[in-house]
Amino acid sequence: MAAVDTFLFTSESVNEGHPDKSAVASAAEAATTDVELLKRAWRNEKAVPEILRFDSPLVSRVREQIQLLEETLDDFADSGVDDLVVSLYQMDLDRTLFLLRSYLRLRLQKIEKYTMHISRSDDLLSRLSLQECRFAKSCSEIMEKHLEQSVLSKLPYGYDSVTRQSLSSTEDDMVPEPQLDTFVFCKTKSDVGAFQLDDIGEEVVDLVANDLYVLRYKSIKGLVEGGQIDLI
Amino acid sequence: MLQVEFAAEDEIVDIVPNIRMEALNMICGDFGPFFPQIPTKVPLWLAVALKKRGKCTIRTPNWMTVDRLTQVLEAERESPREFQPLPFHYIEISKLLFDHARDDISDAYLVRSLIEDIRDVRFHKVENGLETISGRTHAVKLKNLSAMEVNIVRPFMVRTLQAFYKHDSPQMIQQADNTGSRPTPVTDRGPRRDLRRR
Repeated sequence: MAAVDTFLFTSESVNEGHPDKSAVASAAEAATTDVELLKRAWRNEKAVPEILRFDSPLVSRVREQIQLLEETLDDFADSGVDDLVVSLYQMDLDRTLFLLRSYLRLRLQKIEKYTMHISRSDDLLSRLSLQECRFAKSCSEIMEKHLEQSVLSKLPYGYDSVTRQSLSSTEDDMVPEPQLDTFVFCKTKSDVGAFQLDDIGEEVVDLVANDLYVLRYKSIKGLVEGGQIDLI
Repeated sequence: MLQVEFAAEDEIVDIVPNIRMEALNMICGDFGPFFPQIPTKVPLWLAVALKKRGKCTIRTPNWMTVDRLTQVLEAERESPREFQPLPFHYIEISKLLFDHARDDISDAYLVRSLIEDIRDVRFHKVENGLETISGRTHAVKLKNLSAMEVNIVRPFMVRTLQAFYKHDSPQMIQQADNTGSRPTPVTDRGPRRDLRRR
């Protein structure tokens, strides 16, 4: 059975009152600022259990804009621009800085949490920025050294691995991994259509534009990476 | 909580400045130029900053009027399985406006109590909706649910769905079948079968 339970349906007529809605949306899409893009990356990063790809060009563009504004503010101080204007620009700067810091910190927290898991996969490592890679590396080295000195060196042979419970373990069974089977809240940007949530086609859901869904992260991973869906 | 408010502060509102000020070319966008009594659009944080300094009045958004909110509340009450369309950040926007621009809202007291009633009715629906989640729930559709409402139900909703998903997985069901079929031969031989016959 195609048993996708949904509840709290709303009548589809709600959207029909705004025929110009898609035009407005596409116009807004075209005028998207870098801050807007960073905000999307920040929201997605917050909602997703694993680490997402780092958008280096975007982050460096935002950094440049921050630097430019900082310089402008210095000039303002010299040339005696109205205090009100200065304070408004300062607020804009503070907000952007907050967003950038929160985004970077969020990623560092994830890297710290899943250091070993990330370090052993080239795919995951490729999602990190250069600095993050360096951080992940030193983080795992320090952690291993610490565990080695404080605990593992005192354990009997066969039980002294950082990644395996004992010699009889056939794979790394002590590496924390993000739970990809968890559920996330997401909003569709445009009509995706019938979307298969599982491998065997028993769970199909019709993703309509601008609707809010709670779905299993693993099944919509591709949509998130492709930017077709926004997490909240 | 703080981060939801941060996101809401970027929502665009109409203000009526009472000063003249050149256009602001900011990282988050370009706004202005500002002329006295000429309405213009700015993000909420900028509106609040100007308002705090007495440089503008903030126009109450259309949806935040007694008429509109009364309609919304009625509709919310009439349709137990639907949410009415409201701005995604309606709770945060109204809170910020009440905190910083109360004097710009007409019938502020009534508007506030209407919004509170709407919140209550909607949240009650969310709670009822949670009850309908079962092992067959692979996806939940929550049309028109707002940011704050999402945040409130998120932990509970995610854990519930996860638990159902876990117990619904093929491995789990197989296990249940095994344990379910094993006692049968035992009871066939045991005295319990006699008891049942009677």
